Amino acid sequence: MAPLEYLRPSDEGAAIALAEADGRACLLAGGTDVVGLLKDGVLAPSRLVDINALPIAGVEIRDGGLSIGALTRLSDVADHPAVRGRFPALAHAVLAAASPQLRNMATVGGSLLQRTRCGYFRDPVTPCNKRAPGTGCSAIDGEHRLHAILGGSDRCIAVHPSDPAVALLALDAVVRTRGSRKERAIPVDDLYLLPGSTPERETLLEHGELIVAVELPATSFAARSCYLKVRERASFEFALVSAAVALDVRGGVIRTARVALGGVAPRPWRARAAEAVLRGSRMTEATIAAAASAAVRDARPREQNAFKVELVRRVLTRVLATAGAGG
Amino acid sequence: MTRTEITLSVNGCQHTLALDPRVTLLDALREVIGLTGAKKGCDRGECGTCTVLVDGRRVYACLTLAVMHDGATVTTVEGLADGTDLHPLQQAFISRDALQCGFCTPGQILSAIGLLAEGRATSEQEIREFMSGNLCRCGAYPNIVAAIRDVAGAQ
Repeated sequence: MAPLEYLRPSDEGAAIALAEADGRACLLAGGTDVVGLLKDGVLAPSRLVDINALPIAGVEIRDGGLSIGALTRLSDVADHPAVRGRFPALAHAVLAAASPQLRNMATVGGSLLQRTRCGYFRDPVTPCNKRAPGTGCSAIDGEHRLHAILGGSDRCIAVHPSDPAVALLALDAVVRTRGSRKERAIPVDDLYLLPGSTPERETLLEHGELIVAVELPATSFAARSCYLKVRERASFEFALVSAAVALDVRGGVIRTARVALGGVAPRPWRARAAEAVLRGSRMTEATIAAAASAAVRDARPREQNAFKVELVRRVLTRVLATAGAGG
Repeated sequence: MTRTEITLSVNGCQHTLALDPRVTLLDALREVIGLTGAKKGCDRGECGTCTVLVDGRRVYACLTLAVMHDGATVTTVEGLADGTDLHPLQQAFISRDALQCGFCTPGQILSAIGLLAEGRATSEQEIREFMSGNLCRCGAYPNIVAAIRDVAGAQ
């Protein structure tokens, strides 16, 4: 780990100014990802701006929805009665993430900005276009069993690892950010960029721009939502495939549907084709099968990860049946 | 290198430390303060043997910087017994033979204290899920679960 300067400002304006003033500064929240990346030499910032003293933690009920302060720890998100009762997919996703100790440390804002677990990204000596632009992607011709089947490019096929982000996407969550010149409200659906030719750029956020809150709007579909994660051991593991679904069903007909996937793309993936199949349909086995197939119609699996296509279908079949039966 | 001065209350003792900001909480406990109960296993947040309580909540000491915890209260395995009276979980681990080599045990016990405080020890299945952040390479899991159930049942 290279020497670095450590700063702990106590107000948002100072934190943003300190981060913006140094192009090699890194914001530090829960630290569960950043500290590992520092140890591995993947990140080598000149300055760490610790934001834990900022007053942006806690869950508030606002306009019928929820405003979750960016520094709220994942365990506190999962334990909040309004999250459990009204946004069950988020509670499920948070409890499926990491381990209890990590959930006591990790923040909801940091969870959205987690870096990929691609082994080549995390090994500072192998080529990786995301870590060292222009050096090439080691995964495409290397080990890519865990990599993307949707949304990848010929420069990068790494997947986004966050569980909460997938649920937040399905629940139409909005990220509130603050920079020195502007404040923004960015739907989670718009936050992430696909790798294309610039896999080093992962989100719309500018250097030093701070996530201050994640807002969950009151919707007709949040209450009937759930999250299912499939992984290679029973607990404490990243997803092979995960899915968050949220449904508004009235008179047996699906009025609105949200379907989001994790573990399969460089960003939390919105399966709009599956949503289109569900909208206006009754929740029958045929509807579920058609939606599950639509979600992977554009999949581009590679040699080692073709199993994920069938796994997405099966995960969606199960989670849609669960949500359709009442969440 | 500029050092950052912090104070930590560890097992009831105040420590004022001037640290390189890169020092993890685990290294501060083990190498600076000299409390080696919290173990360094993977040193990357995957095994749980470094688990300690910070302000009453279980965390991985290896994956957090000490300077992030100025003013915090830290509990390690050395702070659990009251003189020669063991903490109920320490006694339960002995009674249930809940270890073989013992390397993961300090982390298991601190994690179990956090688990009990969270109210998540109501069934064997729940204990297993909410102890998933602590690996035991010897595979003493059945007896670890039994020890935790004993203490949860007594509360």
